[in-house]
Amino acid sequence: MTKPSVGGLESPDLSSHDATAHESAPHVPVFAGAAREELDQLLTRYPTKMAALLPALWIVQRERGWVSEDSMAEVSDLLDLTPAYVKGVVTFYTMYHQHPVGKYFIQVCTTSPCGICGAEEVVKSLLRHTGTGDLGLTSRDGKFTVIEVECLGACGFATPVMINEEFIESVTPEKVPGILEDLA
Amino acid sequence: MGFPHPSHRQETPLLTRHFGEAEARTLDGWKKRGGYQALEKVLAMTPGEIVDIVKESGLRGRGGAGFPTGLKWSFMKPGDGKPHYLCCNADESEPGTFKDREVMRWTPHALVEGCAIAAYAIGAETTYIYIRGEFTEPLLRMERAVREAYDAGILGANAMGTGKRIDIYVHRGAGAYICGEETALMESLEGRRGNPRIKPPFPAVSGVFGQPTTINNVETLAAVPEILMKGAAWYKAMSLSNPKSTGTKLYSVCGNIRRPGTYEVVMGFPFKDFLHDVCGGALDGRKLKAVIPGGASVPIQTMEEAEATLMDYEGFAAQGSMLGSGGVIVIDDAQSMVAVIARLTRFFAHESCGQCTQCREGTAWTTKIVERIRDGHGTMEDLDTLVEIGENMTGTTICVLSDSCAVPVISGITKFRSEFESLIHGKRVHSVLTAVA
Ligand SMILES: Cc1cc2nc3c(=O)[nH]c(=O)nc-3n(C[C@H](O)[C@H](O)[C@H](O)COP(=O)(O)O)c2cc1C
Ligand code: FES
Repeated sequence: MTKPSVGGLESPDLSSHDATAHESAPHVPVFAGAAREELDQLLTRYPTKMAALLPALWIVQRERGWVSEDSMAEVSDLLDLTPAYVKGVVTFYTMYHQHPVGKYFIQVCTTSPCGICGAEEVVKSLLRHTGTGDLGLTSRDGKFTVIEVECLGACGFATPVMINEEFIESVTPEKVPGILEDLA
Repeated sequence: MGFPHPSHRQETPLLTRHFGEAEARTLDGWKKRGGYQALEKVLAMTPGEIVDIVKESGLRGRGGAGFPTGLKWSFMKPGDGKPHYLCCNADESEPGTFKDREVMRWTPHALVEGCAIAAYAIGAETTYIYIRGEFTEPLLRMERAVREAYDAGILGANAMGTGKRIDIYVHRGAGAYICGEETALMESLEGRRGNPRIKPPFPAVSGVFGQPTTINNVETLAAVPEILMKGAAWYKAMSLSNPKSTGTKLYSVCGNIRRPGTYEVVMGFPFKDFLHDVCGGALDGRKLKAVIPGGASVPIQTMEEAEATLMDYEGFAAQGSMLGSGGVIVIDDAQSMVAVIARLTRFFAHESCGQCTQCREGTAWTTKIVERIRDGHGTMEDLDTLVEIGENMTGTTICVLSDSCAVPVISGITKFRSEFESLIHGKRVHSVLTAVA
């Protein structure tokens, strides 16, 4: 039996991170096979189905790279919720992508503790070296999206940068090119 | 040892003493270090006895509010026929705070053991450890530790062979500071938007899934096994100041300081020695200007106040601030206080859940006005307006996120007024904290 993962963390499979997916293609269910088993296991942890919503959305994002309206509808069916309710939850939390993002989704903390240690320079360096141009945009090759985020809970290691599920500490503008090269 | 630096001789490492030792993360490594002996010991005691020891120890919540832990546990009524829950608050999103992260990364079994003891003491069959979504490494470490504990029969239907059920599950958040507020965390755990609830009812009466619930911070729970192994008197004796603040406290130190990291000192330790000696003081050629000692939600201290502080709940309060979460943000003379404050209010504006008008509107307007001053377009009237908005945001909302946004603004204007005035009068103050153009 598949062991349920914590927030879909156990097997980050980047090859399925599909930045070119379109809503118009027919929806292929996320919760079939192993993912369905995983969800069934998760449901045993909570007294209500609704409580499995955040974990279910994590599985969607792991499998598809983002959370589409079709996926929200699928999840709502499985958990006896309405699609509108699920969308309300998805939009509350910052970590669920409501649109496809780059293969490497880069989050940089710029809250004051990091800010006074030079986080803005790290952001500028990332924007320059990824060729994304501006915050929230995806580079033409579909590889990179860079966003600013609030405190990542690693303030003593300014500036922390998250690339997909990987957490990199003490990033300086000078280290950025090397970090990006390691990804390629 | 501390992390990422070796322990300083003035530290008292209890929770941090195995930081940096990879072996301590495994069940075997943890047992070699005395792990799970406390759990074994307490499973032979009655829940009431455990609660009494924790009460006697003087342990207070390390999540920010400092509520006495034993007293909180005593509100639970095991055996009343209802399901009971324990929530471990591992949402750690308060700017400046990263101590719980280190506990989970280095000593995940300390937290599992603390949760198991607390669950038994309050009669909770089920525990959820709610970890913020960005903490990918702590999530994996905790999940691994929980699995090991199940496989070894420490958790499950027959915990440690006693016939008692203790279940622990790790739950991943998805990016929302507000979910660290205890009732918002419960909403989130139930699969809802993280909107704080009106209290009462308090969680011990109606918490997660509408059932009696206790919620505690990671550091609070990780301290519990130590207390039960070594006794309340031993823990209580660890205080240099007053009997209301006992034991050790973790401080995560960041900003403009030579050795940022997580440190552990006894209650009542002099803040002056802590900053200049333990943490290494200012960077070369700079001078410390201000400290936010307990995470972004507590008042800013001048260096005079900071250097006169004894580090405990009462000590920080006596010097114009609060102990809060123990997230120490150090600010030096190369920074503009206005820019620092502007970025903090932007944080709160971003994180407001939007339920209460005072908070939703107040955080947004405060940010607009402070940023305007930062950018050289402010007026003297703006300062009065900010204080007025801040007063309107204090004590008027469902949770205290709103109050927290007013705190740096009001304490900043009061203690660093000249920096605001220079900007208003057209003198640019140097800052590395300028918006990305
Ligand atoms: C906006 C807000 C955010 C909070 N964030 C956290 C947090 O990340 N971690 C935490 O332990 N407590 C946080 N708290 C405090 C909790 O509401 C609660 O007091 C705490 O978890 C209780 O545990 P303790 O008694 O062990 O400290 C927050 C409170 C507020 C108002
Ligand atoms: S402020 Fe950047 S990680 Fe906390």
